[in-house]
Amino acid sequence: MRIVVDLNRCQGYAQCVYLAHEVFRLTGTEALTYEPNPDDARRLQVERAAAACPVRAIMIDRLDGAERGAAS
Amino acid sequence: MTLAATLAELVSDFKANGRIVIVGASLAGLRGAEALREEGFSGSLTIIGDELYEPYDRPPLSKQVLKGWVPADHTLLPRFREVDAQWRLGVAATGLDRVARQVRLADGEQVPYHRLLIATGTRARQWPNPAEAALEGVFALRSRDDAARLQQALAARPSRVLVIGGGFIGSEVASVCRELDIPVTLTERGPAPLVGALGGVIGEIAAQMQRDHGVDLRCGVSVASLEGDAAGHVRRARLSDGTTVEVDVVLAALGSIRNVEWLQGSGLAAGPWGVGCDAGGRAFDINGVVTDSVYVAGDVARMPHVLYEYQFLAMEHWDNAVFGAEVAAHNMVNLEPHYRPHLLLPGFWSGQFGVNIKSVGVPPFGDEIVFTQGSVKDRSFAAAYGRRGRIVAAVTFDHGKWLEYYARLIEQSAPFPPPPPGWDRPDVMKPVPAEFPAPGVPTAIPDVVLTGHDPNERRAEFRPRGQ
Repeated sequence: MRIVVDLNRCQGYAQCVYLAHEVFRLTGTEALTYEPNPDDARRLQVERAAAACPVRAIMIDRLDGAERGAAS
Repeated sequence: MTLAATLAELVSDFKANGRIVIVGASLAGLRGAEALREEGFSGSLTIIGDELYEPYDRPPLSKQVLKGWVPADHTLLPRFREVDAQWRLGVAATGLDRVARQVRLADGEQVPYHRLLIATGTRARQWPNPAEAALEGVFALRSRDDAARLQQALAARPSRVLVIGGGFIGSEVASVCRELDIPVTLTERGPAPLVGALGGVIGEIAAQMQRDHGVDLRCGVSVASLEGDAAGHVRRARLSDGTTVEVDVVLAALGSIRNVEWLQGSGLAAGPWGVGCDAGGRAFDINGVVTDSVYVAGDVARMPHVLYEYQFLAMEHWDNAVFGAEVAAHNMVNLEPHYRPHLLLPGFWSGQFGVNIKSVGVPPFGDEIVFTQGSVKDRSFAAAYGRRGRIVAAVTFDHGKWLEYYARLIEQSAPFPPPPPGWDRPDVMKPVPAEFPAPGVPTAIPDVVLTGHDPNERRAEFRPRGQ
């Protein structure tokens, strides 16, 4: 699956780190890094993390493997 | 039929049968395509990109990818809706004919358009000596392939990495090297890292942070030459102060070059700072006349900003690509008075040495700085930038939750020094000079640049009457 975190919006509340620590990590107390294309097996965890984000900074792919358009 | 009805029919006919071409298949190109469909555009859509990959996100490349946690090909951007586009990936646009309304591709094909969105972004500035740049172990960092190669080189445990340039990319890579326990030397021509973007006062804090984490930081020096061994692998750098550094990986973090060369001869206001456009993303031609059919978004756009005395602002920021593309897309399929402006307050983040550095506004527009919250010693603070008695920008180190407070003040042109939010006040709250380098002093170029008031950077040619 594919996600992106709007790190302008992220304020380091770290709820995502508690809910999906294989996908989201804090470096120090506030700097978030994450796996942008986590394994599909983590989907439920990631969706919970996105729902728990107080500033709604985590955005999840809505196509889910449908049409994306490949190379020409 | 009334004029209003005719115009409405024109818009709906364009939405159904128009032909839009987007040049650039990265963040701005993708979000622009999605926004066009969201706006109800159901005509033909072509997306042209010079890289072979579908759109991916770049910020992770200099952080989690280099660290070796996330593979470089795990950076594909999520899609928010189907774009039903013809993707022409791996082929660059090489020319624009605005009379014939065609984009020329590197393979010779001509792609016709009714409306065009330019989102070609920037590329990394390479080490200027081609023979030295070709040495094995010398890298630049912009693309997914760049990141994959540099990550491999770091994973091989080099004896020392040299980072040339103390901007955000250079500082982030130095941070990754230290996290991986790899010795690293960073050279910066200016007096401190981050000085172009955040000024000398913050730069000094960044410098101390780097030294505390074991970076061999050399400011006020440049790299004179790189030397390789018999096998063509880089081994040594000669610095301008006469010293040498033994290295086997070099990253040239020299900032970016805007991808405008393909627009040469198009008559658009394209130059080193990008393509001039109005606040709605409509490109200017070389004479400062706004076009109807060509739009610009992302890193390659420069547009006037109301908060900064209507100077043209060039912003290499993630949210500028997203929101600028959305505004341009909206305006591409609408007519006056339904145009929308792109009035983004610039903002960026950078994770380095365990600290989250965030900023809003345009710090180099200010000439004074005041610390308003927290502690510099703990590297956990907020500071505001001012100019002529009003607040124009703010920066935080691990104080990101407060940035919105300052953003609201900047949007209102509130007084400087600003009233602190009433908590966490430092002992001393006195504005001091922010110490930005004077124009022309060689240092890292900030990734948000005020580029003056001229829509084009080449003056219109003056032809006396009758000649």
